[in-house]
Amino acid sequence: MKTLFDKIWDAHIVTEVKDGPTQLYIDRHYCHEVTSPQAFAGLRSRGLKVFRPKQTILTADHNIPTMDQDKPIRDEVSRFQVDTLTNNAREFGLTYYGLGNPKNGIVHVIGPENGYTLPGMTIVCGDSHTSTHGAFGAIAFGIGTSEVEMVLASQCILQTRPKTMRITFRGKLNEGVTAKDMALYMISQLTTGGATGYFVEYAGEAVENLSMEGRMTLCNLSIEMGARGGMVAPDETTFAYLNGREFAPQGEKWDEAVAYWKTLKSDEDAVFDKEVVFDASQIKPMITYGTNPGMAMPIDGTIPAPEGNDAASINSFEKALNYMGFKPGEKLEGKAVDYVFLGSCTNGRIEDFRMFANYVKGKKKADNITAWLVPGSWQVRKQIEAEGLDKILKEAGFELRQPGCSACLAMNDDKIPAGKYAVSTSNRNFEGRQGPGARTILASPLVAAAAAVTGRITDPTH
Amino acid sequence: MEKFQTLTSTYVPLPIENVDTDQIIPARFLKATTREGFGNYLFADWRYDKAGNPNPDFVLNNPTYSGQILVAGKNFGSGSSREHAAWALAGYGFRVIVSSFFADIFKNNALNNGILPIVVSEDFLNDLFECVNKNPKATITVNLEGQILTNNENGRTESFEINAYKKECLLKGLDDIDFLLSNKDKIEAYEKNRIFHY
Repeated sequence: MKTLFDKIWDAHIVTEVKDGPTQLYIDRHYCHEVTSPQAFAGLRSRGLKVFRPKQTILTADHNIPTMDQDKPIRDEVSRFQVDTLTNNAREFGLTYYGLGNPKNGIVHVIGPENGYTLPGMTIVCGDSHTSTHGAFGAIAFGIGTSEVEMVLASQCILQTRPKTMRITFRGKLNEGVTAKDMALYMISQLTTGGATGYFVEYAGEAVENLSMEGRMTLCNLSIEMGARGGMVAPDETTFAYLNGREFAPQGEKWDEAVAYWKTLKSDEDAVFDKEVVFDASQIKPMITYGTNPGMAMPIDGTIPAPEGNDAASINSFEKALNYMGFKPGEKLEGKAVDYVFLGSCTNGRIEDFRMFANYVKGKKKADNITAWLVPGSWQVRKQIEAEGLDKILKEAGFELRQPGCSACLAMNDDKIPAGKYAVSTSNRNFEGRQGPGARTILASPLVAAAAAVTGRITDPTH
Repeated sequence: MEKFQTLTSTYVPLPIENVDTDQIIPARFLKATTREGFGNYLFADWRYDKAGNPNPDFVLNNPTYSGQILVAGKNFGSGSSREHAAWALAGYGFRVIVSSFFADIFKNNALNNGILPIVVSEDFLNDLFECVNKNPKATITVNLEGQILTNNENGRTESFEINAYKKECLLKGLDDIDFLLSNKDKIEAYEKNRIFHY
């Protein structure tokens, strides 16, 4: 009678606070340089050590350059923040994949690729896209810095149990439609706050058919409709991905783990607080037209008129379109753009680069496009080279940068200039997200590839 | 953490929906390693023009409105988990945020920094916007113990939800770490039966 979520949550309850939250045990804690320094400072001022140092993994990703990583970071404040992480790792005795480490990369890319993220775990990080790890059948969610400090101090967190929602994608995706399009479609239907208060399980044929990379993209974007997290029940695809990864269990322990992981699925008679069903075959390549990921439409669609009749809704809608320089009733297909960004914890994995390279093979980058191709980790970049994708990209006029969060949040120098349009495979089209005044159009790696070679918003399935 | 009991204050209206944490504090201001100083950058891209001069159209630059309470459109605090958003709001001087809907992570971050996020009905919210539009010196009273919000302009009240544990923390100025550390024996007992040993 239990959902997958219930099974994992219940297995991690340390105690319940009377009339309050659950004290939940955390198996894996990831940290990066931006949301952790104040937490470590808090520990220091309380005279505490990290309670279970082996369960916390650190990486530098948000605030690092994507060129010349072998040289000191030029921006003094950024360098200080990264150095602070390095020093905290040393002082508190934590595993750290800093700049120059072959395992360095975006936290939500390196966790899974090294086998740190496993089915059945509770996983947190001071980063809202921690929902990514739910692709493995884990309860994974983003937390604030005070909560980072709680986990460092006690390996526990206090959380109110969320409601459960199942989103089922029936049927098959059409050719050229990806996990990113599923996610943007779903958010456009449910709105940017439509899953707030819920933890989502994704199910159905189209989800089962996704690779682990695709499932990570889908779960990653759960937060963009307000959900605490999203998850997919582990199956043979999950086990095949994990088998042999460095920190995944090996040998006898592997067999034992797989036997347990096979029990991690919602019971047939499990009841969810909310059920949503979509027909995967109806989904087209998607793009956003506004300033939140819920403002998305099919690539050949027309920007709608504002919904609702209260002043705040209409104001917010108009403010978004003004910022983007768009009007209701306008079509975006064929519109010229300036930048293409391939990367981020949403779409910075090997499969994303395969998709992009496969599309641009034998074609040329459009002259009006500046393209930033940023692998999610050094291991992704190595794999790109091993598969010869770098040569295909080079022949088509593209260059690979070094890994990091890059233009997804533009904390480093990778900023889209004010007023310019960027087709981005990242996760947020908020005002100023990719740089002050930058105008972001979220899309899949295929739509990004098509824009990169035509210089315009182009349907990759045509 | 500072204690919170009751508060009567004028309020600042922000009738915009889906105010995400990238607007509350843009990413380029997240490079600091302490919790201080973020109030100066609260709503930076709305508050200042490109040259860094105050934008007279933005409400925080309008001397007509002031107070320790921010009243905002629905789905406030969506997006990034950055607690810097709560630090910026607290640093600026806000102690209460009123909206008809909050994003989950922001809500926790606010509570962990002594900021009280209060959910009211759409109707009550729109009434607050109308009242402050007519009288910028309109006030709200927040009674945490009784969980009641009063629009002093017309005497309308609405009760609000907060879990008993968090309420106690705010009233007494306690934080979660004190609580968690007092449960160390329970954590160690849990670990003996833990599934994961890798």
